[in-house]
Amino acid sequence: MTFNVQIKVMPLKDLLDPQGKAVLGGLKNLGITSIEDVRVGKHITLQIEAATENEAKAIAEEASKKLLANPIMEFYEIEMIN
Amino acid sequence: MKFGVVVFPGSNCDRDMQDALQNDLGKEVIMLWHKDEDISMFSTDDCIVLPGGFSYGDYLRCGAIARFSPMMQSVIDFANKGGKVLGVCNGFQILCESHLLPGVLLQNGHQQFACKNVFIKADNSQALKIPIAHGDGRYYAGEKVLDELETNNQILFRYCNELGVVDMKYNPNGAVRNIAGIRNKQGNVFGMMPHPERATSKLLNNMDGKKIFEILGLN
Repeated sequence: MTFNVQIKVMPLKDLLDPQGKAVLGGLKNLGITSIEDVRVGKHITLQIEAATENEAKAIAEEASKKLLANPIMEFYEIEMIN
Repeated sequence: MKFGVVVFPGSNCDRDMQDALQNDLGKEVIMLWHKDEDISMFSTDDCIVLPGGFSYGDYLRCGAIARFSPMMQSVIDFANKGGKVLGVCNGFQILCESHLLPGVLLQNGHQQFACKNVFIKADNSQALKIPIAHGDGRYYAGEKVLDELETNNQILFRYCNELGVVDMKYNPNGAVRNIAGIRNKQGNVFGMMPHPERATSKLLNNMDGKKIFEILGLN
């Protein structure tokens, strides 16, 4: 069975996110002034062939831990779509 | 001591490194293609260099994909056997992603690509003028790792002014504790953001890069 998995990768909360800061500056320039903070991360989708949802989740977990996110600077959240 | 310089797709300081090592330091240099894996011509007295650039387009994170190239598997084995490895700029990022060095290089705190001369110093050296050229050079590691680096004398270079005063004011990217370069605990793997290979020639009016190679014992 094919499982669609979404992985959200975000910079750790304690770390300065210069990209988010630059986007916040852009929004202010547009006149959208009520936004207080912006953080920019990555959204990764995977199609995983597995027997069960739990197996697919475990594969996504391993992929995230070993490559998709770097735990020194990022955290991730896995969401099963179907 | 001879040198190997790895060429990844997207490396752009590989020829500068080759030129500096060959013509300014008088070393034998062998260029190593990322898809090859044979480095049997090197002994652990030799040095493999990972040059600057944008290996694999910096996809995912700087250095994250280069870590998986066939040549890197050989370089990781070589380092684990005690062979000398130097990573400059993108090479430093690759060493961190390969877990040969602790920590990570984050996007510069001021959101800009920094391309200029800066001053760096080793613990017992004077200030050395070395060029930087990076967008992701903000060294970061957790407090525990940083304390370990300090205790084991693993911090090779810190950003300073021309007089050798180390202060956040002279830090071009926001790196923690003004770190410009580190080594591993064993002392055979070196990583730094500034480019010593761009400062080894009278023609370029800067020879301080030669002193960097001396400090690293790669002269």
